[in-house]
Amino acid sequence: MKLYDMAKVCRSKNAGPFQVTIDLMFDSEDKYRQVLASPAFCIEKIGQLYRTDPDKIAIKTFDRILTVKVVLPRMYSSGSPLDNDVYGSQQHFPLADLDIIA
Amino acid sequence: MKESLRYLSLCGLLGYGYAPESLKNALAQELDFIGVDAGSTDPGPYYLGSGKGFVKPLQVKRDLQLILPEIKRRRIPLIIGSAGGSGAAKHVDSVLEIIREIARENSMEFKTAVIYSDLSADFIRKAADGHLFSCGGAPEFDPASAGKLSNPVAQFGTGPIIEALKSGVEIIVAGRCCDTAVFASYPIWQGFPAGLALHAAKIAECGALCAIPVGANDSLLVELFHDHFTVEPPNPVRRCTPESVAAHSLYEQPDPNCFYEPEGKIDLSDCKFEALSESKVKVSGSRLIPADKETTKLEGAGLVGFRAVTIAGIRDPEAIRHLDEIESGVREAVLQSANFVSPQEYTLRFLRYGLDAVSALDGPPEVMPREVGLVIEAIAPRREQAEALIGLARSKALHQGFPGRKATAGNLAFPFSPSDFSGGEVYEFSLYHLTDIPLEFTPEIRMIK
Repeated sequence: MKLYDMAKVCRSKNAGPFQVTIDLMFDSEDKYRQVLASPAFCIEKIGQLYRTDPDKIAIKTFDRILTVKVVLPRMYSSGSPLDNDVYGSQQHFPLADLDIIA
Repeated sequence: MKESLRYLSLCGLLGYGYAPESLKNALAQELDFIGVDAGSTDPGPYYLGSGKGFVKPLQVKRDLQLILPEIKRRRIPLIIGSAGGSGAAKHVDSVLEIIREIARENSMEFKTAVIYSDLSADFIRKAADGHLFSCGGAPEFDPASAGKLSNPVAQFGTGPIIEALKSGVEIIVAGRCCDTAVFASYPIWQGFPAGLALHAAKIAECGALCAIPVGANDSLLVELFHDHFTVEPPNPVRRCTPESVAAHSLYEQPDPNCFYEPEGKIDLSDCKFEALSESKVKVSGSRLIPADKETTKLEGAGLVGFRAVTIAGIRDPEAIRHLDEIESGVREAVLQSANFVSPQEYTLRFLRYGLDAVSALDGPPEVMPREVGLVIEAIAPRREQAEALIGLARSKALHQGFPGRKATAGNLAFPFSPSDFSGGEVYEFSLYHLTDIPLEFTPEIRMIK
């Protein structure tokens, strides 16, 4: 199942001009745990998808509200010449297309 | 010492609007102050660099028009943070001008504290010598760009606003400051715990964004006690729930369990969110871990060049299939004809909406789209160079040949005449760093009438 179909909220936004944060919120603890346990959901895979150094990616969890946050460096800083998403609000893909293997 | 204090966050951003009913309901209770944040780096570096606001003066005027007579009559101080969007002197002055206009129209006067946060090029040079530290993923600062920043500013915390509050002003117009400083200064001044005050401020600065339905364009009421705070939207169409308030801690933040302000780290890992009613949430457990060393964040944007664009649509399937050939043909033709700029000085970009303009990371789509929206962009050192480059690119793109072309009269459907647009100056954030050099910001008291 795709991450996009499992999450209740799947969004991205700038966290300052040099980083983007992707929020994945779930409506059941099962789905939340399933995503976190999936070997596909890791910084190496995300680094590959976003062509970025995995060491610069952080995955943070927020159990209380069943939310996972992924923080990524931006390829180009917000609004700079080669940027194509000033607010960073459409950067949840390609991650959202990730197949979660149970 | 007061047991509690109550304040209103007018809306998520000055100029975004709020329901008049929200203001009316909020004013039915006693308020210690009203705050509104006006700043954001989200719209990109252009606004700081150019000295312009991303919210238009008429929007700002509307939001202030409703409230200024009320704060006058009820003697409630109003705090505006990061005035004008980016908080540099030009932005601050534009907001002062709007206040003056409203004061004049209503025959009122306001004792106002103005706090500028602009930095001199000399200061940046001094800081660049070992006193600038990257933050939020920013690359190392290039000392060569120290003199090239437009409107560099420092983002101050609660200190200068507390200074201004002590002078008993009616309005505080703050330059670039932390969003939290707008709402935490008054409580900290009044002796409330800084951890709670800053956490409440972090939620309040977005207006009713923590409510359901979300609304950056509406107000939020906050009541602060010594061991907890409550939040509630004054507009009855919205409500706060423990989930909606807790979830807000995630918004635009790299870490949901803590955030950093000049005062220190605010630890949210022991926070509790409880429903007090259908629409009111109680928050407790937020703690401040004071910073070892005081640091201030600096922001500055450098001019990169000027932008011109053209916008067109493509329906012809052969043209869509041959977009790569069209693009390389255009690049070649522009290179051949643009004798007014050297190839190293300009960039030409093809954004193919419908295909891969938003994200090229996925690779090409399996099925070609029926239509593609094409934006061609040129960036060059001078405005007229960018405009001439886009003129060349547009005419070439319209007529560029490719194998199997059937629509030999033109590849592009332009929705507008003129088809080309000047995008103005292009900036990039080149200063987004912390400094450990102490900075002072002194409120200037003025009578605005």
